[in-house]
Amino acid sequence: MSFIQVNLNLWNGFQNTLLIFALTLIFSLPLGLLISFGSMSKYRLLRYPINILIWIVRGTPLMLQIMVIFYVPGLIFNAPIASRFNAVIIAFALNYACYFSEIYRGGIQSISKSQYEAGQVLGMTKAQIFFRVILLQVIKRIIPPMSNEIITLVKDTALARIIVVVELLKEAEILATRGMIWPLFFTGVYYLAFVGILTLMFNYAEKRLQYFRA
Amino acid sequence: MNILEAQKISKRFGTAEVLSDVSFSLTGGETLAILGASGSGKTTLLRCLNFLERPDEGRIILRGDLLYDAALHDKYDDKAIREKRLHFGFVFQSFNLFPQYTAFQNVVLARELAAKTTPEYAADKKKTIEEIHREGMEILDQIGLSNKRDFYPYQLSGGQQQRIAIARALAMRPDILCFDEPTSALDPELTGEVLKVIRSLADKNTTMLIVTHEMQFAREVADTILYMDEGMVIEYGTPEQVMDNPSSDRTKRFLERYTAE
Repeated sequence: MSFIQVNLNLWNGFQNTLLIFALTLIFSLPLGLLISFGSMSKYRLLRYPINILIWIVRGTPLMLQIMVIFYVPGLIFNAPIASRFNAVIIAFALNYACYFSEIYRGGIQSISKSQYEAGQVLGMTKAQIFFRVILLQVIKRIIPPMSNEIITLVKDTALARIIVVVELLKEAEILATRGMIWPLFFTGVYYLAFVGILTLMFNYAEKRLQYFRA
Repeated sequence: MNILEAQKISKRFGTAEVLSDVSFSLTGGETLAILGASGSGKTTLLRCLNFLERPDEGRIILRGDLLYDAALHDKYDDKAIREKRLHFGFVFQSFNLFPQYTAFQNVVLARELAAKTTPEYAADKKKTIEEIHREGMEILDQIGLSNKRDFYPYQLSGGQQQRIAIARALAMRPDILCFDEPTSALDPELTGEVLKVIRSLADKNTTMLIVTHEMQFAREVADTILYMDEGMVIEYGTPEQVMDNPSSDRTKRFLERYTAE
């Protein structure tokens, strides 16, 4: 098998890695915001269950969560999840939403109450205050912790192979079982390149928000 | 006629009575200075008028009509409170400009957002926005900062930031402009420019409520002075009455302490 042939195989797996990465972000970024609002709610009936959810999700391994979401519906409710890939996306989205929610919460709570009051006395609605005044300041503050978490996600995608969703690492493992070991190590180049590009993007975002201080 | 009548405003934080039965009135163009030591309740009074705090008791009458009654507070929804608020402008001690917006954007943002629900905006968006921007520039001119329109708050001195905050409050065309110790967060050499702007507003007959520690300034600018202690009105009269012939010992001690500085 040639170098190019191996890379074509790895690229196949990497496409799945990218897909897991992108879909997880698409679902977990907004879901995390909802969860963070829930965890800050003044209503205990909302706040307590949300905090228990966050505790469970952050308190158990993502690998276990993937298995629970894939196997438990079939075992208990006799309604198995048809697609392994969907099970992975559900587990990842929920897991990352909970981590993101805590970062959002920290960011939102770090904005001084006086910014809200300044919006209030100008007759702005709660939504206007949040989206036009608070949000960008929060984004500026949470870029460093968020980039940490998103970079972790790149590498966590490798957990999908636990229920045989073939991503980059699994693809290399398949080659390894056929006696070709080096592609397994070569996957590191893919991860490094991907994280490198992300790092540049986060640096750019941080630079773009340097025009103000808050 | 009185523009504003505050009737028996009371406010408790837990069991501590912060305001008890505070009443006063304002005629159009009048400047009322509220004096008092820290913790006397003067800032809370201002915050109650802007509904940043919820008064426990009391009524606010605007131009002869009931604007607010604490007993009816639960009947007012968010929108009602927002509309009531717009009669008052508020200038904070710590400016509280929006850091991600330029000076000019700070001034026009709330007006633009408010305009979006008006029929004029629906009819002609461009014209409505242009009108708001023109007025915003006029106000910047008026406070002498049109050359700083594209500066971000961190690029401005404290005095300039506070002047932009005043412009931002003026842009909403409030009936009454409230200042909460507008110079207390400033270095001494920067207070002058802010006081100058407030003085020029007084000259233009802007109706104002000013919580301040600047005794000399209060004497010069205020038509009326209200002296508070422990949440109660102790003195209420012209600067001459209150400052030269205070009726209580507490006021005398307060004035001695602050004018000596």
